[in-house]
Amino acid sequence: MLNSKNKILTVISIIVLAILMLPLILVVITSFNTQNSISLPIEGFTFNWYANIFQQPDFIAGFESSLLVALIASGLALIIGIPAVYALTRFNVPKASWFQSFFLSPTLIPEIVIGFALYQTIVITIRIPVFIGLIIGHFLLCLPYVIRLITASMLLLDRHIEEAGWVYGCSPRKTFFLLVLPNIKTSIIAAFMMCFINSFNNMPISLFMNGPSLTMLPPAILNYLQNNYDPTVSAISVLLMVFTGLMMFLVEKAIGLKSLTK
Amino acid sequence: MNNRSAIHLIVPAFLGVLIFTFFPLIQIAIPTFQAKGNVFAEYVRFLQNSYNLQVIARTFMISVITVIIVLVLGLPVSLWIARQKVGVKQVLSLLILFPMLTNAVVRNFAWIIILGKDGILNKLFMALHISNQPVSILYTNISIVIGSVYLFLPIMITSLIGSISELNIEVEEAAAVLGATPLTSFFKVLIPQLTPGIFTGCILVFAGTMTAYTTPQILGGNRHLVMSTLIYQQAMTLGNWQSASVVAIVLILISAFSMWLMRRISHMLDRRPSLA
Repeated sequence: MLNSKNKILTVISIIVLAILMLPLILVVITSFNTQNSISLPIEGFTFNWYANIFQQPDFIAGFESSLLVALIASGLALIIGIPAVYALTRFNVPKASWFQSFFLSPTLIPEIVIGFALYQTIVITIRIPVFIGLIIGHFLLCLPYVIRLITASMLLLDRHIEEAGWVYGCSPRKTFFLLVLPNIKTSIIAAFMMCFINSFNNMPISLFMNGPSLTMLPPAILNYLQNNYDPTVSAISVLLMVFTGLMMFLVEKAIGLKSLTK
Repeated sequence: MNNRSAIHLIVPAFLGVLIFTFFPLIQIAIPTFQAKGNVFAEYVRFLQNSYNLQVIARTFMISVITVIIVLVLGLPVSLWIARQKVGVKQVLSLLILFPMLTNAVVRNFAWIIILGKDGILNKLFMALHISNQPVSILYTNISIVIGSVYLFLPIMITSLIGSISELNIEVEEAAAVLGATPLTSFFKVLIPQLTPGIFTGCILVFAGTMTAYTTPQILGGNRHLVMSTLIYQQAMTLGNWQSASVVAIVLILISAFSMWLMRRISHMLDRRPSLA
């Protein structure tokens, strides 16, 4: 049988899982190297490269703006996305499935093209500030996650809950806020986390919208990597992995990680 | 609530996508069709350039090879994980999810450590006397493929675990009782049931590789451009917006057409009963 007890499957799987983990483990090891180039095996143990992260203004500013943009864009996607999903799943909107595909359509456009087109149109031609351009780009990145995850849970939510609310005299607005939202809380959190993580990690959209006073973290790291080849990149990579781990821990505690991959 | 207020709820999202996705796309597309005489002149000129054709071919080949490797590696792993006991399955899924949620810059950078001139792979090769001088694997098409496989394997595995978990294992047990070897069962029983799931995964990986920027930028260097890095180079390094727009439109068309084609094939191969 082809199950977890099959020897061939077990061997292949363990090798593949090792290949998945090994590169990240190597990054962790190189971050402690005393030599000032990234190499293995390491010659000594130091925390200097971690200290060096905080000497790089681009990393600090990049972290702050990436965090801010991710938070605003994810929040915006939820505020705009949830009502749209609610309308599409609960009212007889004509062409509901067309709207659904329309809201998911940004995923069909390569991110690099979204970044380029937004930069050229919104930032260069209309002269909207770069920061707003970033929010818009990341909002487009986030919206499909919201639409997908919230639609899935709205379709599972029993309509009678809302009817019960109306029967007991709740206005539609009150029903939405007091009955619907609490019932889809899990997928709202899941959607927020997916938006936040993907926005925070995004490179192609942030790449174009880098002003002289505005750097996002992923392009800042790429830029550093192309100009210096020292273990600072390993060190900040480790911090980002810790950040990922922390996010996963929070999601697991709040809603269970399974909700993310649904 | 009536239909009119339902429309109010949809309008912000609708306008958001329309104004910020489609309007900018049309804005960059219009100038590319304004050449005198033939409206497609810009595209004809683009496609007549052998360097550009090389970039398109490279992008396409890297994506195809990546999809194949990811599928071949992903299938056994997802079978193995999907059929573990609940507790083990959860721990293993964590191992898959962690790289997936880690920044792509970090994941690609990790391969510089392995593939670079001073990288451990070269040190290993020299120690084992496989080669006497450092081989350069980094900044080649191969390193882009390796990076892309590493980037998209977790997505394929997660996607396949989902479809495998929905299968009824009794079908394979029946096949085994009737004398099918595991290999026969794999190709004749499992794969046909998994076809839609496999295609979903392949479409995700193909589109992802085709349009990825970070991997070819970090692992491909300046001499192995793919379409996404070409867009950036034309726009930001050379300041040639028109040409960047042409590449952007071509990239959208190629990736959309490939996805459509794969979806059609998936429907044709799907042998499960359906209403249509």
